[in-house]
Parts: sequence; C-alpha cells; structure tokens
Amino acid sequence: MNDRLRAVFVDALQLDDDVDVESLKYRDIEAWDSVGHMALIAAIEDEFDVQFETEQVIDMSSFKVAVDMLKGLGVSE
Amino acid sequence: MSDSVFGRSQVERESALLTELTELTEHHRAHSVQYDRILASLGIEKGRRFDRLADLPWLPVRMFKTHDLKSIPDDEVFKVLTSSGTTGAGASRIYLDKEAAAVQPRMLGATLREVLGGKRLPMLMIDTISIIKNRRSFSARGAGVLGMANFGRAHVYALDENDQPDVEAVKGFLEKHGGEPFLIFGFTFMVWQYLYEVAKEHKLDLSNGILIHSGGWKKLIDIAVDNSEFRRRFAEDTGLTQIHNYYGMIEQIGTVFLEGPSGNSLYCPEFAEVIIRNPDTWEEQPVGEPGVIEVISTLPRSYPGHVLLTEDLGVVHGIDDGDWPGKRFSVLGRLPRAEARGCSDTFSGAVA
Repeated sequence: MNDRLRAVFVDALQLDDDVDVESLKYRDIEAWDSVGHMALIAAIEDEFDVQFETEQVIDMSSFKVAVDMLKGLGVSE
Repeated sequence: MSDSVFGRSQVERESALLTELTELTEHHRAHSVQYDRILASLGIEKGRRFDRLADLPWLPVRMFKTHDLKSIPDDEVFKVLTSSGTTGAGASRIYLDKEAAAVQPRMLGATLREVLGGKRLPMLMIDTISIIKNRRSFSARGAGVLGMANFGRAHVYALDENDQPDVEAVKGFLEKHGGEPFLIFGFTFMVWQYLYEVAKEHKLDLSNGILIHSGGWKKLIDIAVDNSEFRRRFAEDTGLTQIHNYYGMIEQIGTVFLEGPSGNSLYCPEFAEVIIRNPDTWEEQPVGEPGVIEVISTLPRSYPGHVLLTEDLGVVHGIDDGDWPGKRFSVLGRLPRAEARGCSDTFSGAVA
C-alpha cells in the first residue's frame, strides 16, 4: 500500500523525485496546501476506491496518517 | 467530536464559556503586550474575575486593521490571514500558529456537521474555479470556497473560467447527483444570481440540495430580496428548502453562527456567543431590541480576537426557544460608518 500511496502523493501534489514523501506533513511544502489537499484526497479516493468522511479529510495531516486511515477503511495492500 | 455543538442551554453554555473566556483573556494579556496595554488603559487589572460574559472587555474588530495584534512569537506565525478592506482602514491581519490553523477547520466542521452529517456530499460550488487557480493570492472569496471544499466531494463549479454561468455543468451535476442529498455552497448574492435565476429559467430540481451561504444581503436588498423572500422563492421555484445562511468573519476564523432549519434565526455553536449592545450606553440590549453585534469565541488563541465588537447591527429574537438551544438572532446590516469609527477611536489611543 505504501508504494501505491506514495505514487498517488507524487502524482497529485506534483512532487519532485527527491521529496521524502513518507515524512511529509500537510502545509509543510507549498504543493501540499489546501488546493493540493483537495486534489490529493480525490486522488487517494480514486486509487483505493474509498470515501473519506469530512473529519478524515480535515485530519489527514501526513502521509503516515493517510496510511492509518486507509488501513482503518480495510485497505490492506 | 461527534457530539453536537448545539446541545447546551443558555445557562449551561454561559457558565462554561465564562470560565474559558476569563482564562483566554489572561492568556492574551500574558502574550500580547498591546492587548495588555489596552486592558490596562480601560482600568482592568490582571486576574480580574467577570460575573457575566457581557462584562468581558471587547476589542473593536477594526483594530485588527490598524494594529498587529498577536499572542504568539514571530517565529511561530504560520499563516497571516488578510481580509479585503472595504473601508479606508485597509485589511485585517490575523496571525495563526500551526495549532490555530488546525483547530479552525475542525470547529467549522463540528458546526456544519449539525446540518450536513459526517459524510461528504457531492458539492456544487456557486463560484468559478478560477477563484482558486492562483494559489499565492486567494481573495477572501477564494479562501471561503476552499475552506468549504472539505465538506464535499466531486466538486462542480457553476461558473466557467470567464465567470459565465455554466448551465451544462450544473445540469450534468444534477443528472448525476440530484437524486440524492447534495451540498451547495456560495456567497449569497452569487447564489441568487447564478443559481436561483438559472434554476428557475431552466426548471432545475434542487429539492435534494442543502444550501450553505453567506456574505451579506446588501446587493439583494437593492432588488427587494431579504432572507424570507430568498427562502420562499427558492422553495417555490426550485424545491430547495434546506437553506442555511451563516454569519462569520475572518477575525474569528472557524466560528460561524448558523441559520437553523426553520429559517430566519442564526444560532451560536457552544464555543461561541453573541451579545447585542446599545450603541449609546454599551449595555446589553434586551431580547427584541436591535444594537451592535459583539461576537465571542473560544477559538482565537494566537491573537486576541476572542471578544470582538463588530460593525454590524443585529437583534436577538429569543433564548432557548428555537430550533436549537441558546440565543437566536439576525444580522440587520452594517453600522453607519461614522458610528463604527467612533467605537474604535476610544481604543486606538491606548495602543498608539
């Protein structure tokens, strides 16, 4: 799952290859601002065929949190 | 956070808020020299207890246009919000640290949850996508649109990039999502102009929609549309009956006063309160008497915006007698300019 999610982050936020995605936090970099966040949420939902609730969208503050949320939604790989 | 923020009665919320706001007042005194100086000049000593929320010292909202007021060190400033200045005084500057930036969408979410539930609904934005295209300089409108986007999914914009109504986009949205609950967001006059007018002309069915809107009535009053008329005509001509206006300002970001289901009254979430003051005596007005709106919120911690005297006129209609507990009120319009300036002159001297 981590690899797929990493690819979604890189694609949705248009990150450079050298960005350490796994330690990224919301608003740490310019690309992951509130506009980027919207694109990111939509891309994760598409890729893993899940739907986040409002609270989860607001709480998704890092790559790690996203991993945990996906696990909580039953995504295993 | 799944608990309602509209549960407590007036008595319950006042006592809880008084403790929190007294602590918050001390917090800001300890962390903002300017704020401390203002309170000292009003003769309020440190550690003062207050018997009622109405006794808490307020700042005129205009002071955030003329002074840099913050309760965090410079190196903890994470974001500076600026309002569009409609008057000569320029724009407000509101300083947020990371915590404040994280808390405000959360509390906005807790408030809107009351009418939207926890699920993100398909969302029709009554605005143009170009409003969020330039990421570096959002207008206040763009920031509002973005802040709301979290509450929906599958966003469709009702205006094209040239600000023209995109009827096909709206029709397409309704074909896909119109049979289930969906969310509509926009600024009041744009909702009227670009949703109501278009829906009426094209006979669109909005009966499953939940509309959240804000932004003032001035442009609509000119064409004789007030809140009641707005609701009546939407219901009659489009089937849309779930309509929630809200009142909020950038100086208390994250706090909104939300119109209840039966309409024409705004309600305070439990972490906020409203007080209507007599513009001559500054005493609290009784129910039914119009006056200047003071807004109170526990959210502002990084800047001393927890008790603010606005430049708006309002009236409390009742207490614990409406859709939700607490006070219910309406905003009546702007305070005449000269009076508004007068209110803050009293204070500006203290920090000059």
